[in-house]
Amino acid sequence: MRKKLWIFTGLLLIVPGLLFTVSCAKKVVQSVPVEAPAAVVEEPVLDEAALAAQEQAAQEDAARQWQMQAEEDLQQTQLAEQAAKEAEMERAEMAAMQMFMNEDVYFDFDSSALGDMAKNVLSRKAEWLRMTMDASVIVEGHCDERGTSAYNIALGDRRAESAKTFLLDLGIDANQLSTISYGEERPVDMGKSEESWAKNRRAHFVVE
Amino acid sequence: MESIALMKPMKIVLYTIIGCVVALMVFQASTDAAEYDYIDISNPFLRKIPLAVPWFKNVSGGADIEELSVTLPDLLSDTLAFTGYFKMLDRQAFLMDLRNPDIIASQINFRNWTAIGAELLITGGILMKDGIMETELRLFDTIKEELVIGKRYKGGTDDTTRMIRRFCGEVMYHLTGHRGVFDSKIAFLSSLAGKKEIYISDFDGQNPKQFTHHEDITLFPAWSSDGKWMAYTSYGKGQPGLYIRNLTENRVVTLDKKGIQITPAWVPGKFELAATLSFSGDQEIYLLTGGGKIIKRLTNSRGIDVEPTWSPNGKQMAFVSKRSGTPQIYIKDMTSGRVRRLTFQGRYNTQPDWSQKGDKIVYSTMEVGRIDIYTIGVDGGNRVRLTENQGDNEAPSWSPDGSLIVFNSTREGRSKIYIMTAFGTDQRRLISMPGEQTNPKWSPSVISN
Repeated sequence: MRKKLWIFTGLLLIVPGLLFTVSCAKKVVQSVPVEAPAAVVEEPVLDEAALAAQEQAAQEDAARQWQMQAEEDLQQTQLAEQAAKEAEMERAEMAAMQMFMNEDVYFDFDSSALGDMAKNVLSRKAEWLRMTMDASVIVEGHCDERGTSAYNIALGDRRAESAKTFLLDLGIDANQLSTISYGEERPVDMGKSEESWAKNRRAHFVVE
Repeated sequence: MESIALMKPMKIVLYTIIGCVVALMVFQASTDAAEYDYIDISNPFLRKIPLAVPWFKNVSGGADIEELSVTLPDLLSDTLAFTGYFKMLDRQAFLMDLRNPDIIASQINFRNWTAIGAELLITGGILMKDGIMETELRLFDTIKEELVIGKRYKGGTDDTTRMIRRFCGEVMYHLTGHRGVFDSKIAFLSSLAGKKEIYISDFDGQNPKQFTHHEDITLFPAWSSDGKWMAYTSYGKGQPGLYIRNLTENRVVTLDKKGIQITPAWVPGKFELAATLSFSGDQEIYLLTGGGKIIKRLTNSRGIDVEPTWSPNGKQMAFVSKRSGTPQIYIKDMTSGRVRRLTFQGRYNTQPDWSQKGDKIVYSTMEVGRIDIYTIGVDGGNRVRLTENQGDNEAPSWSPDGSLIVFNSTREGRSKIYIMTAFGTDQRRLISMPGEQTNPKWSPSVISN
């Protein structure tokens, strides 16, 4: 009776097993065309991991980029600020230089002597020259149209030398300064009045 | 022959090549060069000598030179009138057949000339033979009824200006003892091209040609006494630098010195010149070789020393100095080294030029803002004002015979070049050019064309 039971149990196990086997075999044959979709189905499984990785990478990337952008922005802001500062300084320097070049030293008729006004202007020029040690400057001596051509070139020469000597006495390096006389050849004001002539009797400074 | 001897070798070669003046003969030597009592050279302009120049006789009669029988006497008249010595008589008044002039002494009725006031008469005959033109020119004293000088020139028809000028030189030589200005040129500055450059024209202002091309400010032309070199100042290299340039060859010397290098003046008869240099920090006059080497310093006074000008013998030098507080003219004796002040009137006396006659210095004075021209004796006496109330008159320069002065003036607006006699008479514009012209310098009489 017990033997019967074992067989029965065995059968019970085998038959469904066979059944399973048959059905599985059948299924395999039948499911050949289905296998591709099965593979497609499989992909999301694989993708998910990649996606996760990608997503993580992207997130890290974005974070990095954000970081970089932030850094860049910061840098640019700093640069812009610096440029603005530099431009500001440059403007100030240019203004200082313009003032240096525009402010002439004036003389009396037939004179190369420096008056108080002339000395004040020259002292300001000395400050600029001290701040701008790399600048080399030409001191031009000029005269008004009155008087004669040759004498005026000599007089312009003395005016330029006179201005230069004053600056040297204030400690300016001689290498920063050179002179040229134009006599009456280059008036700034073509007028025929004392006002015009006074403007032309000048030492003019040009930064090289 | 004397005229040929005067020609420079170059010129003789040129003449031979282009078949110019092939012969020149004195065909009646009745003159004594030492007699120049016609023109009072102390002031020849007080009374101009009445001179008649009838049309020339067309001796060969051909139509080829008919026109020259009219144009050449006109050229001769204009050339002599330029000197300021002569009053040219109007041909309408001549008591003669204008078309058929008598040109030799035996045929001339001198009373017909003295009757209209002529004291001098110049006749001319021209003839063309084998393509060579002959010009006979005669100067007569109509009062003494005698020939003063006669010359015959041969050459091409394009040499007629040279023939006429040469004869005018002879006329001047026999009347004044100096051949005049007809071989000379005038250098001047013109701002025609926007920048100041040196130009050179004939003595009468004709044919101005640009001499320098620095395209910058160029100033102070100075002729050497042999007429072969021109020294001047230009800003071409930045500083106002001295240039010593040969007039015919492409040779130029510059100086390597700091500061200004201005107002060159050649020593007569030498290849040396004085100029103001300021490399020492002071504007002093130095003597230089024609090669631009410093021989020695000529002035020793703190302050401006400029504008040297030499006496004809080169033994004295006048110059402008501010040593007494205002620009004045001084004279330095080269032998003794002594310096004396020449000008005492006026507070701004500059631009001296020593007459080639030696006796006078012409200069400009600025008074009440106006500049005018004066002459003064070398001894400081006899100061004479030559220009007045006609703009600014500057930069006077003597003609080589000391009879004329060229200068620039603003009397017609912008500065132009004018001339006048040594006594300030006959002031007239010399050069018609656009732009401003200044700083004329009359050459010596030896310029080759």
